[in-house]
Amino acid sequence: MYLTSREERILKGEEGYARQKAMEILVALGEIYEADRLIPVSSAQIAGVSYTSLGDDGIEWLESLEGTHVTIPAMLNPAGMDLENWRRMGIDPEYARKQLRIIEAYKRLGVRPLCSCTPYLLGMVPMFGEHVAWSESSAVCYANSVLGARTNREGGPSALASAIIGKTPNYGYHLDENRKAGLVIEVEAKLRTISDYSALGYWAGKLAGSNVPYFRGLKGADNACLKALSAGLGAAGGVALYHVEDVTPEHKTALVEDVERHRFGEAELKEVYLDYFKPIPDHVDLAAVGCPHASLDEVKEVAEFVNGRRIREGSRLWVFTSIAVKEMAKRCGYLDIIRAAGGEVYADGCMALAPLRDMGIKSVAVNSSKAAFYTHLLARVDVYFGNLRQCVESVMEE
Amino acid sequence: MIIRCRRISRGYGEGYALVSPEPISFFGQVDRVRGIICDEEHPLYGESVSDRVLIFPHGKGSTVGSYVLYGLAKRGKAPSAIICLEAEPIIAVGAIIAGIPMVDKPESYVFETGMFVRVYADKGIIEVPSL
Repeated sequence: MYLTSREERILKGEEGYARQKAMEILVALGEIYEADRLIPVSSAQIAGVSYTSLGDDGIEWLESLEGTHVTIPAMLNPAGMDLENWRRMGIDPEYARKQLRIIEAYKRLGVRPLCSCTPYLLGMVPMFGEHVAWSESSAVCYANSVLGARTNREGGPSALASAIIGKTPNYGYHLDENRKAGLVIEVEAKLRTISDYSALGYWAGKLAGSNVPYFRGLKGADNACLKALSAGLGAAGGVALYHVEDVTPEHKTALVEDVERHRFGEAELKEVYLDYFKPIPDHVDLAAVGCPHASLDEVKEVAEFVNGRRIREGSRLWVFTSIAVKEMAKRCGYLDIIRAAGGEVYADGCMALAPLRDMGIKSVAVNSSKAAFYTHLLARVDVYFGNLRQCVESVMEE
Repeated sequence: MIIRCRRISRGYGEGYALVSPEPISFFGQVDRVRGIICDEEHPLYGESVSDRVLIFPHGKGSTVGSYVLYGLAKRGKAPSAIICLEAEPIIAVGAIIAGIPMVDKPESYVFETGMFVRVYADKGIIEVPSL
């Protein structure tokens, strides 16, 4: 891999330990994936945030970098809790102390302490063709596919290294030749809700592996649909990029050769709800909305649905979102409505990372296939998947 | 015997080889405090990786494995060097942040557990004096 003289000097340690380590990470990845050089990136979204995933060893590594500073706008993946309202969530104070220590360590490096899987709803919106280094799989999918920006699925250390150096090795989805469709999915099922798009994403993600799917039949899919589709695709497989005919910006150049075709009909849609996951029963302990982090429209939809009603005694309704959307929801009055019904809107966190079992929560209803997959895997509780209304209804009083 | 290879993480390390026929996930399969392979299903179950030249096909599993390598190094329980058939990001990043010399793609794969091995990562050379 070609390195400039400045990059060589950083690699030799002439700009300090942290920059040297960051450069070593980028160069090693570049060698492994046979990149020709490093290219500039305009932003970073960094995984390795929750104490659950980082652990004590990860904290020590982060703190060892102290003294250096990121050189491009950088923000974080969701944390294990709401950074301000963790007591209300029922988080153990010792866990909270470690989580806040992680956030402080990132903050000292100049990383914005904004924890979200939806950077594109927080003003971090790369232009078409712009190179970035993002980690969270749904955000990666959204950036590549919906915005036409370019990023690989970065790990925590490599995204942080990119934030420090301002560059990434030029391989994978940064290159034109890797952005072509590898399979076509003809969508014949009528997708009625956002969770139907989430279901499609999960089904297609399992099929595609780390290939690039090309969807037909999704004309009219809006931003909310594609946000849900991105999350399903990223969670079920290794998908980092997809195209939607007549919708996403690179669809015209995506089909270059004859590729295998698959069909997603009503039977396949039903299969995701009934066979991949379990349908939502009448009552659950927790209804969790906001995977990926809820947009203002989704918070509004929840508020309208629960307005004037009450959540059943012993059950909970949590909406997960970013600090930005939570503040907007407060200003718009949605937060008050949800709280009046007995629900809560949490910033920064994620249902799959919350210690649900410790809180006595055994059954969870979600409206996202990704949340269904990860909450079952990580929080080890019974999880049910349906649309937003079914999800919220399962915790409401009759 | 001199074997050429590719540098992944710089430095020099030497020690007795510990060869795994199977991939290793440092998260879950290696005790992060003692540096011992703790997964009963793994062929190297019970073996310590500390101060060994650890030789295995490639990493697998959670990316948290990178931080486990860092923690092992902090506690003096890390391998003295790592040789992989094919490096992937979890082990590569772990070796770099931990300061463990690492190479991959050795031009011949003659290693057996117990052989004394020297790894000159910067030069891209592995030396096995007994061969």
